[in-house]
Amino acid sequence: MATEKRIALEVNGRRHELSVASNQTLLDLLRELGYVDVKCGCEKADCGACAVLMDGEAVDSCIVLAAMADGRRVTTVTGLGTPEKPHPLQAAFIENGATQCGYCIPGMIVAAKALLDRHPEPTDAEMRFGLSGNLCRCTGYTRIFSAIREAAGALKAKGARP
Amino acid sequence: MLPEFDLVEPRTLGDALKVMAEDGGKTAPLAGGTNVLVDLRTRRAAYDRLISLQHLSELRGLGAANGQIILGARTTLSDLVYDRRIGEAAPGLAAAARVFAGAMVRNVATIAGNVCSASPAADLVPSLMTLGAEVVLQSTVGERVVPLDQFYPGVHQTVRRNNELVTSFRWARRPERSAQNFYKLALRKGDAIAVTSVAVLLGAERGTCTIARIALGAVAPTVMRVPEAERILVGGVLTDAVIEKAASIAAEACRPIDDIRASAEYRCHAVGVLVRRLVGQAWQNIC
Repeated sequence: MATEKRIALEVNGRRHELSVASNQTLLDLLRELGYVDVKCGCEKADCGACAVLMDGEAVDSCIVLAAMADGRRVTTVTGLGTPEKPHPLQAAFIENGATQCGYCIPGMIVAAKALLDRHPEPTDAEMRFGLSGNLCRCTGYTRIFSAIREAAGALKAKGARP
Repeated sequence: MLPEFDLVEPRTLGDALKVMAEDGGKTAPLAGGTNVLVDLRTRRAAYDRLISLQHLSELRGLGAANGQIILGARTTLSDLVYDRRIGEAAPGLAAAARVFAGAMVRNVATIAGNVCSASPAADLVPSLMTLGAEVVLQSTVGERVVPLDQFYPGVHQTVRRNNELVTSFRWARRPERSAQNFYKLALRKGDAIAVTSVAVLLGAERGTCTIARIALGAVAPTVMRVPEAERILVGGVLTDAVIEKAASIAAEACRPIDDIRASAEYRCHAVGVLVRRLVGQAWQNIC
């Protein structure tokens, strides 16, 4: 039997209080709440399309139970920047043509954000390691890496934390 | 939606053990969910009840007592990668963590989850086995300690009882003059299941090999030690000829299967190559 639980969490700075079923995932919950920038891919923690930041750490939301996100701070790709004021990673992905079909890109940018938080100037090996849980079947990753390099440079020039 | 189950979220280890002792139907402890929730989703497993270990932060991280290293069951793969003290205590374990799944999985997957999956290809098990690790199990009845090389009666089976929770792994601090290394042969560098994996730990005193432990992954129903190969390494200087002999014994000792990743024949060959390479490298590091 599924049990119900009352939880409170913050998504992209907005607080939500609601009841969730024990078998509901954070991915299901986020999309129900309208955060459809979080993509549902494999639902087996293989592809990374559903990646979000939970208290700053990248996780696959398909294998986080909604009940376990109680009290946590969740950031999705739209929480990083807006079309008017994009995050340097988002701007660099557009500038470099790093997107083809685009389905993997929300998770890719979230993982890239976590990567730059840990390694502000990542080597190629660190980039591969940081994106090892994100599959893209279109781009061949070359332009994705170029975009991340460029974003790292832009953030350094601004003297800002990613 | 996942299939239905009850979720229990104990706040303390004591509470968790009490819940484990109750009869609540088919139960699994839940940490990172990278096995349990995926198995539920794909209907490879069904559970009536999951017990979340999320709040049991005392089960995470590295400690030491009585000359032993103690590693909490809920230590994540990312902890193994980034905690330098773990890298110093167990370099082969950190090396295995660096080639484990992908970044998001490493952030939540735990050492106990990998060990209890009881997969012959579990990435962390060969290195833990060469450390001589023991599994610490707790229940409301008390504590039980099982050497890791006696933890698996068969493929995807462990000796953990239903009322027990794996709480830590522990092993004797390795001697100063020792080296541990690990190699995972897989079809890709990221997010791949091992074709075969090999871990080696060597210790030396006055130019003589005093400790030799070799563990092989994905070449038998369980991760296996190779005592015959270890025995011929201990007590002497490791010449190329001795290392070659140990490598061929290891290659003959394994009992792999053909599957989509590789043939049994290829796996045996790879074990020989990797044992020769890793023993040679470890010996060079300490002599």
